[in-house]
Amino acid sequence: MQVQSSQSISVRTSEDVVAVRQLVRKGSLLLGFTIVDQTKIVTASSELARNLLIYGGGGVAIVEIVQNGGRSGLRLTFEDQGPGIPDIELALRDGYSSGTGMGLGLGGAKRLSHDFEIDSAPGKGTRVSIVRWKAL
Amino acid sequence: MPTSQLARLLQNSFDQLLAEWKSSQFATVGRRLSASDENTLSANSREFLTLFRQGLETAEVQDQQAPGWAPIREFLVALSASRAKEGYTPSETASFVFSLKEPLFKLLSGEIKDPVELNREIWNLSRGLDRFGLLTMEAYQKSREEIIARQQREMLELSTPVVRIWDNILAVPLIGTLDSNRTQVIMESLLEAIVSTRSDIAIIDITGVPTVDTLVAQHLLKTVAAARLMGADCIISGVRPQIAQTIIHLGVDLSAVTTKATLAGALQVALQRTGAAIVKGHGAGR
Repeated sequence: MQVQSSQSISVRTSEDVVAVRQLVRKGSLLLGFTIVDQTKIVTASSELARNLLIYGGGGVAIVEIVQNGGRSGLRLTFEDQGPGIPDIELALRDGYSSGTGMGLGLGGAKRLSHDFEIDSAPGKGTRVSIVRWKAL
Repeated sequence: MPTSQLARLLQNSFDQLLAEWKSSQFATVGRRLSASDENTLSANSREFLTLFRQGLETAEVQDQQAPGWAPIREFLVALSASRAKEGYTPSETASFVFSLKEPLFKLLSGEIKDPVELNREIWNLSRGLDRFGLLTMEAYQKSREEIIARQQREMLELSTPVVRIWDNILAVPLIGTLDSNRTQVIMESLLEAIVSTRSDIAIIDITGVPTVDTLVAQHLLKTVAAARLMGADCIISGVRPQIAQTIIHLGVDLSAVTTKATLAGALQVALQRTGAAIVKGHGAGR
């Protein structure tokens, strides 16, 4: 996978979550995503950026335009140095939330993207990376 | 050199110093100034230099809290505030004071021959001017924050109109980002309007909301539930195809709420439920 361009935003406040959404929307427009694809990836970014803020205590969001074998896509990475997730499987389960949300954000973001990777351990922070490819 | 001597030096070379300072400011601003901007800048520069000279007669440059510096501090705070409102950049605002250094140091080096003394004087003066510069930045920042806070308050009020569109039917067109503060305001004004207008149905239109994520959905569901407790039904309209698909992928269950693609569709449902109907009269089609 080749990275063509990369931008990052530090997420510390709920205004930064808006900034992440706007950056992702800009990237998806640049790639020529359909309106449905745009909405999906922007919504996924909103969920993950908010998780970063609420559960990770803030962190960084990286938005990259990537290419792989003629396909182009948008890769979003969210990294925090927060408490980490003790049970990833549980965190991904619909309806489970350690906070006050609906418990659909993480699993929803996974369903809204093509590739989904999560790396987390207690005390080690959390790193979530998703890719949505442009429909050919 | 005692400060009173510095004050005298400023007095004697006032016009020359002012002219050099102004030209160095025009250079640092970098963009073309209108005639009125130039006049303001000239007047500001003259006032600052006058106050600076007067301050030097009673106060040390290093002692910024001295009462002798009170007028100049007030002047700088007011200047920064007006510049923040007029859209000057932070560097343009800060360089007002900083750009005085060059002409002032030039003046000093023409006057003081002993390099050690010159060095000391320049250092003292530089520290003093730096503090004035920092003061302008703090004031600039503060008034920018005030502007932003005011705009946020205005936005909050602007963005929550609850409209009575028919007997017993309310509509709330939501626009933009639904953060917690705004949603709270919207929810409160909707619930109050339900009571005051004795409405049975409220249409929440999300056509203007670009992203409906789980937080927005949760806010919507809470509003619907609260309205229901008060005996009013909510219809959510403006669910575009991309929003519908995204909500499904997120796994949010909106099946307990009546939803419609358009506001017109929601109004039709609302009219039916309240027993009203819009019919074509005799005038139609002519």
